[in-house]
Amino acid sequence: MKRKLLALALAASVSMPALAQAENVKIGMITTLSGGGSSLGIDIRDGFALAVKQGGGKLGGQDVEVMIEDDARKPDKAKQIADKFIKRDKVDILTGIVWSNLALAVVPSAVKGGTFYISPNAGPSQLAGKLCNENYFNVAWQNDNLHEAMGAHVSSQGMKNAYILAPNYPAGKDALTGFKRFYKGELAGETFTKLGQKDYAAELAAIREAKPDSVFFFLPGGMGIAFMKQYAQSGIDAPVFGPAFSFDQGILKAVGDAALGVKNSSQWNKDIDNAANKAFVADFQSEYGRLPSLYASQGYDAARLIASALEKAGGVGDADAFRAALKAAEFDSVRGAFKFGSNNHPIQDIYVREVIKEGDVLTNKIVGVGLKDHADAYASQCSM
Amino acid sequence: MSAAFIFEQLLNSLQLGVMLFVMAAGLTLVFGVMGLINLAHGSLYMVGAFFCAWVAGETGSFWVGLGAGLVAAAAAGAVIEMLVMRRLYDRDHLDQVLATFSLILIFNEGTRWVFGAQPLYLDIPAGLATSVPLPGGGGYPLYRLVIIGFGIATAVGLYLLISRTRLGMQIRAGESDREMIGALGVDINTLYTLVFAIGAMLAGLAGALVGALQSVEVGMGEPVLILAFVVIVIGGIGSIKGALIGAILVGLVDTLGRAFLHKLFALALPPAEANGYGAAMASMAIYLLMAIVLAWRPKGLFPVNA
Repeated sequence: MKRKLLALALAASVSMPALAQAENVKIGMITTLSGGGSSLGIDIRDGFALAVKQGGGKLGGQDVEVMIEDDARKPDKAKQIADKFIKRDKVDILTGIVWSNLALAVVPSAVKGGTFYISPNAGPSQLAGKLCNENYFNVAWQNDNLHEAMGAHVSSQGMKNAYILAPNYPAGKDALTGFKRFYKGELAGETFTKLGQKDYAAELAAIREAKPDSVFFFLPGGMGIAFMKQYAQSGIDAPVFGPAFSFDQGILKAVGDAALGVKNSSQWNKDIDNAANKAFVADFQSEYGRLPSLYASQGYDAARLIASALEKAGGVGDADAFRAALKAAEFDSVRGAFKFGSNNHPIQDIYVREVIKEGDVLTNKIVGVGLKDHADAYASQCSM
Repeated sequence: MSAAFIFEQLLNSLQLGVMLFVMAAGLTLVFGVMGLINLAHGSLYMVGAFFCAWVAGETGSFWVGLGAGLVAAAAAGAVIEMLVMRRLYDRDHLDQVLATFSLILIFNEGTRWVFGAQPLYLDIPAGLATSVPLPGGGGYPLYRLVIIGFGIATAVGLYLLISRTRLGMQIRAGESDREMIGALGVDINTLYTLVFAIGAMLAGLAGALVGALQSVEVGMGEPVLILAFVVIVIGGIGSIKGALIGAILVGLVDTLGRAFLHKLFALALPPAEANGYGAAMASMAIYLLMAIVLAWRPKGLFPVNA
């Protein structure tokens, strides 16, 4: 019986080579799906999955197998999953990581070993500069970018004494560095908080004491919800500014009206007028029953970048052709114009958005361009 | 640095401390009476916050939501005690850790399944959204003062419950000799379910009160659980008094560390480095406190059965 089955399988594999397993492009997604910050990873996953679904289970005409694992925001866990994906599952492409400390634990060794990594979010300065690699592409932004735009905007609003605040991890440091690069005034104070911290009583007291004319904060996910609510109660009346991460679609509902009118910076918004974005926003809403966040747009663009390269290079078989096709980035990004700089990080417009209410729903609207055709500050340190 | 600033930070320490106490009291009570290590205590905190947010959203009243959060957490506690915990009392701590850890995963996924992955909206009642003036200038959010009030009321209530009531007597007896009170005719199963439900309700209370201040999201219980464990290890596992003192100590060290450590470093270092070291040291401070206390008193400040 066994021999008969074997013979049958052999015959089948000879007669139908097109169906053989080896043809699948294997994509390993490591992202945060449980615990604090999981709504970010879920949005990235859902955005990515939407693009695969629109392609009927294919990206760029190639069958893809997407394996998804939860890193629970832990660097050691992310590293283990990456090792498993690379050694056991032999994936061609890795993607998905939300947090910069996790990206730094996973990406350098993975790309050195020849695996491609497409970052849908984390863009630590190290990977844009000294640790840049030809197999690493960031489809979202370099960490500093959105904060740089906000630094420029806060200065343009005539603010001269800002208090700035971010969590104590690589992206938090990049955030404040980026803000200061384009902000011209004085600093009333600068604070690093613990990653995942939810109570800001001590920090708010320090802000009150410092009497700033504006407050800039980078606190993604639940941290931003907690900070905004507590800021609203604190009685401090300096206006707040932040990157889109502090005011993304996923957290606005939980922040409530305290966020109304706040200016924030983003490379994407749902009202950007192009066909790709319209299709994305409509399909995302009908598939998942909620408005997409910028994280979802980044997951979606990551999948579509991969699709464009798979189509152009005819798969991942020829790594050089695939790499060149990724670099060409010939896809219609939902954010509009998009291209890669010399260090495989985006050159793009960063917009200033305002939190508004559409009916009962809090969301963002673009009110201006913060920085046009903006590239990151680390490209010159990249010797690629 | 003004006196008002220091006073405000002391209030912040007290507020964090009493909330940690409410959380840790249930954990240490359950350990003291049943000898059970309950990692799922943070999940009950989450249950309290989610039900409070949900009911407050439906009814428009935070206080109705708070009541619902307490009931839901107590009910969830009673159910898991009867279904799961009861089977664990005679097993060793490793089995308990394993089983209650799996409950964390079940609660997190279950909550995501019921309420969705995105954080829920829960704000403090409109009447409490102001700040009261502090002597020496500045203001302090009224809601945080209310939290301090809830925390002190919980501490007094627990003290009266344990020292003055029949149930309290049974709890104390249970802490000293579990088998004997069973032999004396106390219905040990009901007592355990009751104690567990009280602990769960306290976790739910903390979750709902703090959820309104912070964010109501899946996984919100785990960071608090770690702090609650630090508190009861410092205070002496099983001791309510220890939990109170430990919680206030942790509140003080954590808040004052965040407020003043970087200023201390700035005396000797350039500001950028001082900020970095200050932030790193501040997040380590409570664990250092725990290490020091344990080196000095390996069973905590108020060891039970010493």
